[in-house]
Amino acid sequence: MKAPKTHNIYNPERECMSREALRELQNERLRATVKREYDNVPVYRERMDAKGIKPEDIRTVDDLRYLPFTFKTDLRDQFPFGLFAAPKSEIIRIQGSSGTTGKPIVSGYTKNDVDVWSEMVARALVAAGGTKDDIIQIAYGYGLFTGGLGAHQGATEIGAMTIPMSSGNTQRQIMMMKELGATMLCCTPSYATYLGETIRDMGIDPKKDLRLKSGIFGAEPWTEEMRRRLEELLDIDACDIYGLTEIAGPGVAFECLEKNGMHVNEDHVIPEIIDPVTEEPLPYGTSGELVFTTITKEGMPMLRYRTHDICVLHNEPCACGRTTVRMGRITGRTDDMLIIRGVNVFPSQIESVLVSVKGVAPFYMLIVDRVNSTDSLEVQVEIDDAYFGDTVADLERIRNEIGEKIKSVVGISAKITLVGAKTLPRSEGKAKRVIDNRKLH
Amino acid sequence: MTLRQISVFIENKPGTMVKITEALGNVGIDIRAASLADTQDFGILRLIVDDADKAKKALTEIGCVTSVNDVIAAEVSDEPGAMTALLNQTASTGLNIEYMYAFISPKTHKVYIVLRIKDVEKAVKVLSEAGIALADESDIK
Repeated sequence: MKAPKTHNIYNPERECMSREALRELQNERLRATVKREYDNVPVYRERMDAKGIKPEDIRTVDDLRYLPFTFKTDLRDQFPFGLFAAPKSEIIRIQGSSGTTGKPIVSGYTKNDVDVWSEMVARALVAAGGTKDDIIQIAYGYGLFTGGLGAHQGATEIGAMTIPMSSGNTQRQIMMMKELGATMLCCTPSYATYLGETIRDMGIDPKKDLRLKSGIFGAEPWTEEMRRRLEELLDIDACDIYGLTEIAGPGVAFECLEKNGMHVNEDHVIPEIIDPVTEEPLPYGTSGELVFTTITKEGMPMLRYRTHDICVLHNEPCACGRTTVRMGRITGRTDDMLIIRGVNVFPSQIESVLVSVKGVAPFYMLIVDRVNSTDSLEVQVEIDDAYFGDTVADLERIRNEIGEKIKSVVGISAKITLVGAKTLPRSEGKAKRVIDNRKLH
Repeated sequence: MTLRQISVFIENKPGTMVKITEALGNVGIDIRAASLADTQDFGILRLIVDDADKAKKALTEIGCVTSVNDVIAAEVSDEPGAMTALLNQTASTGLNIEYMYAFISPKTHKVYIVLRIKDVEKAVKVLSEAGIALADESDIK
């Protein structure tokens, strides 16, 4: 049941500091980060040297614009340890996600990095009404994916009773939720909706039978319509949370119960909005590509990391009392990345799988849909004339091979549909390779 | 002692088959036998025709994925036990049948069982030695 709207703040000293004091803190931390990168990460030193910039040239946040960008491809090219700025002996955790072409990307965290990340999630949980008296069910996947462990650490940080369910096994999730009296839920918004629908189908009335009051939901884009539906299904307050492995994980930004944009943890990261074409910084209130610079990270700091997410930053004061800027919902991407069941999927990954399979042509179409609150991915792929035989077994073998490789490279199951030769659109400049039937923006 | 079979990849949607038979009819191909293997999403149409090369060309022109391979067509008499006699030969010599279908040739008026066996050479040898007549292209033209 929804609780009365509160504005508890985990770390008021930081989250509500004056903009001037915050700017001073950011300047100081930015200088330290730039020096750390220059001294420890060869690729950053080379790039700064190439632009004729020395660490001491970067004095304030306004100087950020002189620094080179970091791209996801850098994490792939420098895999696994090339971007680490701390000795490996200081790294206590590796998290990761799929890269753009099948090679994973990883990030390393020092003890302090894990503590900072935990606090970022703790702030998010408290902003959604969480206290040490809460029972928090975590239904994000545990593992390299930052969702599970990130939420877990945050819940531990505030001293709540934590139920590390991980993802899947819906019946068991619901049983535990009911029997243990979970009061908060952390998972992807689509899985939360699926849980809600299943709960209703089972004849469970959240008002009477459950004790859920709120949840923080992230790892995939969602809409206000989805929020309303989710809040109704589970009778909760549903708050958005944003993050990415390259920067920390969930908790980089989070919503308070005003539900009016996600507060960025600006004492740990500096957000910028840039024009993705001219790469020039844009003022608050303008839509553009979100770029982050970490300013406390030791293991793998990032200078001006290009998220490819499109959104707006707002600096108007929030009724909750936090002084940090808020980011609006992600309204699109500047690349072709898809988020399917919380997993980042690049069409190029699918292509890299297809070229490795004998019997199909590297022409494909991805069809993404959302059925019963669950994302589905269909990969249509053309049969190659040269390998077509006369038995169904041969085609089934090709199909299974593609399915298994996609599962292992991308991390999600897809329905593979074989289609005739030359039936899919050919590359004429930018071929349309994706049909996304979900309405996420 | 074998026949040439043409296989065509079929997407499981209405109207796919008719395009194929139309294309064959337009170039005067006579279909002797047809068999459709299906799964949920796709199928393979296997055909014995009077001119496999011409059929393949016509189908390629309309964008079909095709392949041609050799299959055995064993003559059986139309009487009880005839199939068993044939299958006993393949079973006892360890020949695995992947699929089969039957047709009557308008030329010889005989019944043939088309057998898809991986090791075609061995199958031809085994069945011929057992006294089973195998069709060749002249029996269907």
